[in-house]
Amino acid sequence: MPTNNHDKLPSPPPFAITGKARYLLTGLGGLGLWFTLYLQLAPFSRFFTSRLLGLDPKSQLGEMIEFFVYDTPKVLMLLTLIVYGVGVLRSFFTPERTRRILAGKRESTGNVLAALLGIVTPFCSCSAVPLFIGFVTAGVPLGVTFSFLISAPMVNEIALVLLFGLLGWKVAALYLGTGLLIAILSGWIIGRLRLEHYIEDWVREMHVNLSDIPDENLTWPERFSQGREAVREIVGRVWIYVVLGIGVGAGIHGYVPEGMMASIMGRDVWWSVPVAVLIGIPMYANAAGIVPVVEALLGKGAALGTVLAFMMSVIALSLPEMVILRKVLKPQLIAVFVGVVGCGIMLVGYLFNLII
Amino acid sequence: MEIKVLGPGCAKCGEVEKLMQAAVAESGIAATIEKISDFQQIAKFGVFSTPAVIIDGQIKCVGKVPTKNEALAWLGKMGLAQTSTEGKK
Repeated sequence: MPTNNHDKLPSPPPFAITGKARYLLTGLGGLGLWFTLYLQLAPFSRFFTSRLLGLDPKSQLGEMIEFFVYDTPKVLMLLTLIVYGVGVLRSFFTPERTRRILAGKRESTGNVLAALLGIVTPFCSCSAVPLFIGFVTAGVPLGVTFSFLISAPMVNEIALVLLFGLLGWKVAALYLGTGLLIAILSGWIIGRLRLEHYIEDWVREMHVNLSDIPDENLTWPERFSQGREAVREIVGRVWIYVVLGIGVGAGIHGYVPEGMMASIMGRDVWWSVPVAVLIGIPMYANAAGIVPVVEALLGKGAALGTVLAFMMSVIALSLPEMVILRKVLKPQLIAVFVGVVGCGIMLVGYLFNLII
Repeated sequence: MEIKVLGPGCAKCGEVEKLMQAAVAESGIAATIEKISDFQQIAKFGVFSTPAVIIDGQIKCVGKVPTKNEALAWLGKMGLAQTSTEGKK
């Protein structure tokens, strides 16, 4: 399994002279090894399917197996590399620091900053509530807080890697750009609506002392070890979904007839975008499992906008998160949140169905 | 020694609680471990990224699962720090 190359260090670290050369060499060596291996994947999958198994690459089974044997290690290798890099990057952005950056900001600038920080600040949806309280009590405007809360789950590195690996950089870039835009605009709109009175009263009355959390001063080796830790934790958790997702995708590739999805997820079906968003809300799949299926659906005539809208809805609007947020938000504000973000996602869906 | 593990109850929070129990057992220090999962209480501690560990009122770590060595160091150093401040009194 290519997930084993955790120990490589992708970026040459500019730090203390003693270990510098060693880190640089290990890093470059690891990266070189990674690329060499990566370039062998396509020839290997062809060799594996047609020579070792003796299958006709044009046959359904052959196509399916070649897809699976090529895409699984490819995506897992990309995932390992990016999760490592993001893990190191995230060691610079703690939620405490993000809060300090956002606390003095006004809306507009604040919304943009919050959406961007949402990408690099470590965040899990189970800490959405404490984070919300922390931001609001520190004087971060409600709309800015929402920009962060929307961007953090929506624009995540796992979705980006899988989109890049399976659908190319253009789709990945579109996803990143529109995801950020939705987070910025939705937050801005929620801020304009002046809904502060729909925050639960006990949160607004709460006074917390803000100062006694020590800032961590990490050394470079510690940051690298956080990168390795991120790989162990995230890749260790999602690899099974990647394999399953690609397996299902491979099945769709091989056996679902061409153009079958066009009638229900095609661009000429006007209702498919809102339906995709609605179906996505109760679904709580992670990006790792859903992208490979999405990729296969696209190949069978589903429209890109519809499929992107579906993905965004699954990742950004999750029922469990809303249940948790209910502890700090009154139902009206949750409804506005879902409505605004849902509309944003639908607009993105329609837009892409129109222009692509 | 009073150890509080703050977290709403996700997988990581459970992990931290187990880790602290193991660390206490290993160090042989007499300590109580309390799991706090109420959001209102968590917020009162000034903590907003979970899981977090608080030992004798002092925030030791937020937003991550500490390593076992870190946990043991807190237990050991806490003991030393306490005796030294008591000495000054």
